[in-house]
Amino acid sequence: MMQLVRLGQVRLVMNSLRAEFPVLKTKVHGKPLVYLDSAASTQKPLAVIEAMDACLREGYSNVHRGVHALSQRLSAKYEAVRAQVADFLNAEDAREIVFCKGTTDALNLLANSLGALLLEKGDKVLLTAMEHHANIVPWQMACQRFGAELVVLPMDARGVLSLEALDEALDGVKIFAMAHVSNVLGTVNPIREMVRRAKEKGVVTIVDGAQAVAHLSVDVRDLGCDFYVFSGHKLYGPTAVGVLYGRYDLLEAMPPYQGGGDMILSVSFEKTLYAKAPLKFEAGTPAIVEVIGLGAALNWLKNIDFKEIARHEHHLYALAEEGMRQLEGVRIYGEAEGKSALLAFSLVGIHPHDAGTIMDDQGVAVRVGHHCAEPVMHFFKVPAMIRASFALYNNEEDVERFLQAVKLTQEMFQ
Amino acid sequence: MNDLKALYQEVILDHSKKPRNFYAIENPSHQALGHNPLCGDNLKVFVVLDGQGVIEEVSFVGEGCAISKASASLMTEMVKGKSLADFEALYHLFHQVATTDTPIVEEMGKLRVLAGVREYPARVKCATLAWHTLEAALHNREIAQTE
Repeated sequence: MMQLVRLGQVRLVMNSLRAEFPVLKTKVHGKPLVYLDSAASTQKPLAVIEAMDACLREGYSNVHRGVHALSQRLSAKYEAVRAQVADFLNAEDAREIVFCKGTTDALNLLANSLGALLLEKGDKVLLTAMEHHANIVPWQMACQRFGAELVVLPMDARGVLSLEALDEALDGVKIFAMAHVSNVLGTVNPIREMVRRAKEKGVVTIVDGAQAVAHLSVDVRDLGCDFYVFSGHKLYGPTAVGVLYGRYDLLEAMPPYQGGGDMILSVSFEKTLYAKAPLKFEAGTPAIVEVIGLGAALNWLKNIDFKEIARHEHHLYALAEEGMRQLEGVRIYGEAEGKSALLAFSLVGIHPHDAGTIMDDQGVAVRVGHHCAEPVMHFFKVPAMIRASFALYNNEEDVERFLQAVKLTQEMFQ
Repeated sequence: MNDLKALYQEVILDHSKKPRNFYAIENPSHQALGHNPLCGDNLKVFVVLDGQGVIEEVSFVGEGCAISKASASLMTEMVKGKSLADFEALYHLFHQVATTDTPIVEEMGKLRVLAGVREYPARVKCATLAWHTLEAALHNREIAQTE
């Protein structure tokens, strides 16, 4: 009974939050939009849209330079977001927060800069079988550049990593990069444990938090990882901004990634001195307005209990999964316990692109393809999957319409 | 729903479930591979061109979405027995019909079936893959890629 009351309360809260997302009133092919592609990118609440709009209308200027009022004010606001992010991740110091363009950019920064610091010929970089291309390709490039070798921690058919194989897999490894949450399988990996074992062997750890930060509470000190990265646009914030959290001593030791203005102390044609972290890694004019937008998203999220978000999303996922399991010819991928609310599936005899088009015609937006995780497709021996992902603004009606769209697709191909 | 019905109409579903000329030719005079990386569609098109430049035999094998399979199947039905010149004309006409507002007329025959793809720009490459591949084969290029 308490569970039902709780669910009822959560529903009230979530309904009022949903109202803050204007795009959800859009119609697609004449039908109300059912947006189930938040894993690709989340929609933005009015608070974020208005903050960016206000910045551009009233207070825009370049930051970090300028003695004039607009620049000083906006620079202060910009740096305040850095502190907000540190707080959001429970980092020790705001200097451990580097603003990037996104998760991919942050991982490229690490592959190049941390790679230059740590990797020597014959060293190993460890990844997992469920990584997104952003956490594979930069490492392949780094291994080629530094003469290192890529090794992969395997997973089973449920999408659970083989922890038994971890200790052996860590032999000769300098860098271990892992997804917090899989963008296809939804698996939430035991980061604390994986990091602990890596630390025992002196391995530097990097966590890709792109799919985690909007759905569970992240505490980088509790996790113990050396680096944590995520994108603003998957956290109800704007695109073109992301975060790299890094242990300060490592950031200080790493060579810079991109050169230019703002990342220097002084420049002459004879000798240039670099700034300290985090500015050392922030060359050029940043995505100022986007950082302000990220700050607005974090501010907006401060009023929402992440436990409520999880409860709500898991409830929707359970409804969707139950509905799918009642259908024939449905294969669901990713069955780890406590998985995040994303549902990757295939329909027997129906190509994902056809399914995606038919569902789109019903106003249901799902993603089809390899989801930037081709190795995961190869593992399950499919060319592509359909993925429905849930966020805090989805509701039970969305699930109902999703299931109807799936049924319709199957009917069309009978 | 009407647009969708138009796209997936019976003909397409039929051709995708039971594709015509769906086999490999043992000694083709021309062949090519077609790949749509966006979709994962993979086709191989085989042709036997006779001495007079007429398409004596044409077939395909491969995996892909209903649109790509149906388009390949319909294509082989349409071009068998046609001259190279006729194929080129059809190829350009189809591309026009699939990607522009060109009014669809009776004379287009089976092409009308695939015309619906133009309401779904994301799927145009699925529909044109087989045609690009056959074009590549006839011009002695090994691979056609849609990206």
